[in-house]
Amino acid sequence: MGILEVKGVNKRFGGLQALGDVNLSVAENSLHAIIGPNGAGKSTLLNCLVGKLIPDTGSVMFDGQSVLGRKPHEINQMGISRVFQTPEIFGDLTVLENVIIPCFAKRDGSFRMHAFESVANEAELVQKAQQILSDVNMTDKLDMHAAALSRGDKRRLEMAMCLVQEPRLLLLDEPTAGMARADTNNTIDLLREIKEKRDITMVIIEHDMHVVFSLAERITVLAQGTPLVEGTPENIKGHPKVREAYLGETQD
Amino acid sequence: MLGLNNRDTRFFLIVIALTLFTPFLLQPFPEGSAMAQFNAGYPDLMQRFAIYGIFAIGFNILLGLTGYLSFGHAAFLGVGSYSAVWMFKLLSLNVIPGIILAVIVSGIFALIIGYISLRRSGIYFSILTLAFAQMSFNLAYSVLTPITNGETGLQIRLNDPRILDGEGASQYTNLFGLDMSSSFKLAMGDYVFTFNAGYYFCAIIAIAAFYLSLRIFRSPFGLMLRAVKSNQHRMNYTGLNTRPYTLAAFVISGMYAGLAGGLLAAMDPLAGAERMQWTASGEVVLMTILGGTGTLMGPILGAGFIKYFENIFSKINDNILHAWFSALPDGLEGFLVTIIHPFVGKGWHLTLGLVFMLVVIFLPGGLVEGGQRIKTMFSRKKNSDAASDVKPAE
Ligand SMILES: Nc1ncnc2c1ncn2[C@@H]1O[C@H](COP(=O)(O)OP(=O)(O)OP(=O)(O)O)[C@@H](O)[C@H]1O
Ligand SMILES: [Mg+2]
Repeated sequence: MGILEVKGVNKRFGGLQALGDVNLSVAENSLHAIIGPNGAGKSTLLNCLVGKLIPDTGSVMFDGQSVLGRKPHEINQMGISRVFQTPEIFGDLTVLENVIIPCFAKRDGSFRMHAFESVANEAELVQKAQQILSDVNMTDKLDMHAAALSRGDKRRLEMAMCLVQEPRLLLLDEPTAGMARADTNNTIDLLREIKEKRDITMVIIEHDMHVVFSLAERITVLAQGTPLVEGTPENIKGHPKVREAYLGETQD
Repeated sequence: MLGLNNRDTRFFLIVIALTLFTPFLLQPFPEGSAMAQFNAGYPDLMQRFAIYGIFAIGFNILLGLTGYLSFGHAAFLGVGSYSAVWMFKLLSLNVIPGIILAVIVSGIFALIIGYISLRRSGIYFSILTLAFAQMSFNLAYSVLTPITNGETGLQIRLNDPRILDGEGASQYTNLFGLDMSSSFKLAMGDYVFTFNAGYYFCAIIAIAAFYLSLRIFRSPFGLMLRAVKSNQHRMNYTGLNTRPYTLAAFVISGMYAGLAGGLLAAMDPLAGAERMQWTASGEVVLMTILGGTGTLMGPILGAGFIKYFENIFSKINDNILHAWFSALPDGLEGFLVTIIHPFVGKGWHLTLGLVFMLVVIFLPGGLVEGGQRIKTMFSRKKNSDAASDVKPAE
């Protein structure tokens, strides 16, 4: 029994079957990659996990509890954080503030009326935020407005915002898209390091096969809303169905 | 000091000093001079500066931090005034119970209206608040006449019960016997300064209100409110429930409005429905935007600016204009008076409108941004002076 169990999930958008009978089991503390061509339904599947979408049928269990019908903030408080395909950050706030906010959410829950405390007095949280920002090599940008960051930096910031919450399940939707090669390699190292340091399960959607094959322990190939095959990287690399559906189409 | 860092402490002390010295600062021209027209150190007007300052400070906690634009905040102002006058009638002309009740009742009102309106955001939220405020305004005029006394407005009368007031109690609103209307005049040469009990009462409350907003701005709660403005989506997926945050901000700003309404009644024990009209709601929006949305000082500047225009520019009539330009040749005098006439007196709205447009177009950050630009201009000049000073020495 995995920490994340997706069973028989269907999702239609009008006439389009975005997800058709998806079953997925992610083992605790593993790194599971989901790959598939554009429009395969990868992001839609993640949306069903974090409460952004509700599947038409099927069940999604996290650590034995259903996530369906829960609000996004409740699902996050269960221990699921997500990096979005298009970076979702607080553009008007500074980089450091962006990371302090998830720290508060983790410590104080979904709402607390802390109107008479001072952010400046939260030395412990600020330090924690600075530490994670140095892990993603952004120490020199602490006071920058997040909106002014490059696309790759926004992604790294969002990853820092998720990591600082120490989630039990981290969902990453194309975390390295728009990053330079060096940053991509740093990201791979960072994710690997985090996995070694603490207990965390990761589900990563990625088009960059270099990233997928360097990190993933298991891979699910999704095509037209349905899982095609699932297996270890070695299995997937040579699988004829996969080549046909996916790898054949990409230049990688 | 007081949980503020050094910079904020200095800032806060400056605000306190400015507030306490307002009776001097607003009387820059000697009595009887041609410019005396522009003096604003009257008790009545100074009270308004402080009270509308409070109103705008509270409004800015909602608009400036969360970005939610309410078009119905005058409803809370009105509710505050009615509650206070009722306390003056039933309990005592001492202003304290009235003001406390004003804050409580407007808070409850804001909780209800906010709970419903905050189900929507953007323009729909604005429209909902506007609808609620207009509804309150119309109810105050019609169905609720027994409570609001309809068009006449709610007033105090000699035969009111006032169960806490003894035999010899003051017949005016007072603070433990100190009449709000009592003033002390200080004449220094041609200058006359008025120190009014009511103004200082409002000023001290305004300082407290400002301090509270400063603390909120610097608090984790304030950070969350700014996050709401920036990206609610991200907030939700970060485990934060945006609704209670926005509702708390709405209620706090509603209570500020109620406090302002209570103070208005405390200075002049009368409450009318027109205080709740949409124009009054629009005015606080203008104040906040004019001064600088989301800045600490902006709302106060905006409130002062608009109240000054309303009271000073509106009083300038043709006679005064003629007196100003009497030294000029007749034709030119007549010409200037004709040109300026539409902008003063009843035309003060036109001037204010033009100023507002100019500020919004050229200074999106409001008067505060204007101030900052001037400051950086000067400091840059100083820096370049310093730099050129250094060079020859090298
Ligand atoms: N909210 C929506 N309403 C209607 N159609 C949608 C919606 N979200 C996704 N779709 C459609 O569902 C299909 C799957 O989309 P999805 O974003 O999950 O693909 P993806 O696998 O993430 O692709 P990519 O690699 O390009 O990110 C696409 O055809 C998309 O157009
Ligand atoms: Mg996608």
